Amino acid sequence: MYPLIDTIYVQVISGSLVLLLAAHLGLKIWQALLRQRLLQRSLLERINRLLPQTQCGQCGYEGCLPYAREICRGDAINKCPPGGPETIVRLAALMHRPVEPLNPAHGQVKPFAVAVIREAECIGCTKCIQACPVDAIIGGPKLMHTVIEQECTGCDLCVEPCPVDCIDMISRAWGNPVIWLLPSSGVGVRQQLDTAV
Amino acid sequence: MSQSPHHKSFTARLRAHKIFGGIKPAVYKADALRSRVMPAPLPGNLVLPLLQHQGQPAMAVVEVGQAVLKYQVLAMGNGPLSVPVHAPTSGVITAIADSAVPGFGAQVQRCIHLQADGLDTAAELQPCLDYRALSHLQLLALIDAAGICGLGGAGFPTAEKLRVSIEQGVELLIINAAECEPYISADESLIRERADRVVSGAEILQSVCLAKRCVIAIEKDKADAIEALSTALQDSSIELLVLNSKFPTGGERQIIQAVTGFEVPRGLLPVDAGILVQNAGTAYAVHNAIVEGKPCISRITTLTGSPLQTPKNFEALIGTPVSFLFEMCGIDKSQHTGTIMGGSLMGIELDSDEVPLIKTTNCLLAKSTGEFPDPAPEQACIRCGYCADVCPARLLPQQLYAFSRSEDLDQLEEHGLADCIECGACAYVCPSHIPLVQYYRASKQAIAERDRQFQTSKQWQSRFQFHQYRLKKETTKALDKKLPGAEKTTANEPAQPFSRDQARDEIAAAVRRVAARHSNRTAPSSAKDKAKDKDRH
Ligand code: SF4
Ligand code: SF4
Ligand code: SF4
Repeated sequence: MYPLIDTIYVQVISGSLVLLLAAHLGLKIWQALLRQRLLQRSLLERINRLLPQTQCGQCGYEGCLPYAREICRGDAINKCPPGGPETIVRLAALMHRPVEPLNPAHGQVKPFAVAVIREAECIGCTKCIQACPVDAIIGGPKLMHTVIEQECTGCDLCVEPCPVDCIDMISRAWGNPVIWLLPSSGVGVRQQLDTAV
Repeated sequence: MSQSPHHKSFTARLRAHKIFGGIKPAVYKADALRSRVMPAPLPGNLVLPLLQHQGQPAMAVVEVGQAVLKYQVLAMGNGPLSVPVHAPTSGVITAIADSAVPGFGAQVQRCIHLQADGLDTAAELQPCLDYRALSHLQLLALIDAAGICGLGGAGFPTAEKLRVSIEQGVELLIINAAECEPYISADESLIRERADRVVSGAEILQSVCLAKRCVIAIEKDKADAIEALSTALQDSSIELLVLNSKFPTGGERQIIQAVTGFEVPRGLLPVDAGILVQNAGTAYAVHNAIVEGKPCISRITTLTGSPLQTPKNFEALIGTPVSFLFEMCGIDKSQHTGTIMGGSLMGIELDSDEVPLIKTTNCLLAKSTGEFPDPAPEQACIRCGYCADVCPARLLPQQLYAFSRSEDLDQLEEHGLADCIECGACAYVCPSHIPLVQYYRASKQAIAERDRQFQTSKQWQSRFQFHQYRLKKETTKALDKKLPGAEKTTANEPAQPFSRDQARDEIAAAVRRVAARHSNRTAPSSAKDKAKDKDRH
């Protein structure tokens, strides 16, 4: 009688132990996977935060987030002209990669500008609206169009589709005027920039 | 009333406490205190900036060419963080245009230009004979309409500060008469001569914010003012507390520490602890506004510095040009090398004297090479730590300095740069003559700019995401319409009669098309399309 009980006990105990172990292992694996995903995600987010969010597509991808995803997978960090050298330095620091000059194949660094439609010449074709990645243009078929200045990222994408060439890129001060200057020229980002680019 | 969990009650007898850090600079108030407060003469032209306070500019309600009376409203408050502007004298509005205002560097702002007619014809005032007959909210509305902002220099709209205090409930109202800056004596001369009105203003403030206790705190080196105050306070419930003289006791958090011994923790506001601090000059302006019905059109300001023959405290109209006031004090132009608005330690250097006096101008300091020699050249930090000993905000100025130099904005935030009150105590003691405050101001500006950029790009990003979502939705909608059997359903209803797999394939195809369209557009080959488009039009 006893041996029978023994075997049942042994079976139950060993069985539950195995189950427990498996559950524990599964949990660990699941946690590790989760952490990995979180890490990747946070890296992606951090890269994306460094990109200027102009959404101009000059990097060759559809927007800033897709480019950030490609950088995660090992793409070059020097493909973003609107971000300019500062973005490259910051990306290099984040990705532990060497600082490289901007790849000229993707364009030149230009001062910040916003699109302004010469409204008298606008024929209301809606082509610019379709091109704008941030829906910064208001207008309708055969109606005058205009750009919401605060929303315009200066991506240039609406200039080309305009059949009557009535969109100008007008440079705008990027940010508020600098009132206080550092008494020293710092030895941080800016100097790296000067030496790197 | 929503009370913060950090609310304190202050029932113990108050005594002067020590503040952390601080310095004891030499004091140069005697020159300006020699004479009584004088009303400044009427200038020919006044310039009234729409933004003289912290917050949003007021909204002009007069037109160019309009004749206005003294005390008339020229600009109305535009939101809670905005205070109205009144005509300091009668005359004609000559322009509403951008012109130079006092501030960091050369700053330009929208101003109302008023040409005085010299008659000083006043609009009718509505004095309130017994303010106790009014409810605290009625008084609050009157203070709001009188255009008062913190006259101690910070310029926060007084009505808004009171409103928040009423909402959260305050135990203790501190009337700040410390005035610790070495050159400023505006509050001291005000209290010396008009203590009764300051006390009356304090009583009104107390009945507005419903504080249980009110104390007027003053530094002990102002003997005449203390005497005048104790006479005026004889039959009042307001207490008088004489503090030790130390710079910067007059800072908001510092005076709280000096009066209660309690340090408002980082990240909390004084009102969270149930404390409200108002400046003595503000109390006086509140008295004027309620008891006499006069809006804030003038203030007492100290004119001092060795180039002035007769330094004095002027009661000057808001909008009076600084150069005009200097003329009235007999300025020796050959000595004059620059002007500081505010005190020598925390003030800001003015770019030119052709700016108006504004509500927050408590002092105009004419510099000369004798008194303010060119700063000695900046040397390397020797890590002596003197700066950390004097920093009243308990920061590590030498660390902040190092991070400022390396433009490490994250570390600066981590080390509490936001808590720096720019008092200048650290720069005052620094043996290496490092202009520390300028480093901090530049870094604070850089941090604000970075945050602003981040906000902008976040907005762009979310608009881009919405744009993509919209495209996707529109493509699926268009697809639904084309499918057989979908005609029956309206565009808003999801199309039913095909399988999920089918739908998924269709959507994927559509998204691919959109993507293709997008990448085509960015590629230079789309020049062809453009030519085609042009033909068509
Ligand atoms: S308006 Fe033109 S330049 Fe501005 S974001 Fe839209 S497409 Fe780009
Ligand atoms: S007082 Fe000046 S030299 Fe001394 S530690 Fe501070 S910054 Fe450096
Ligand atoms: S200026 Fe800032 S860092 Fe320097 S002592 Fe004052 S609060 Fe501290």
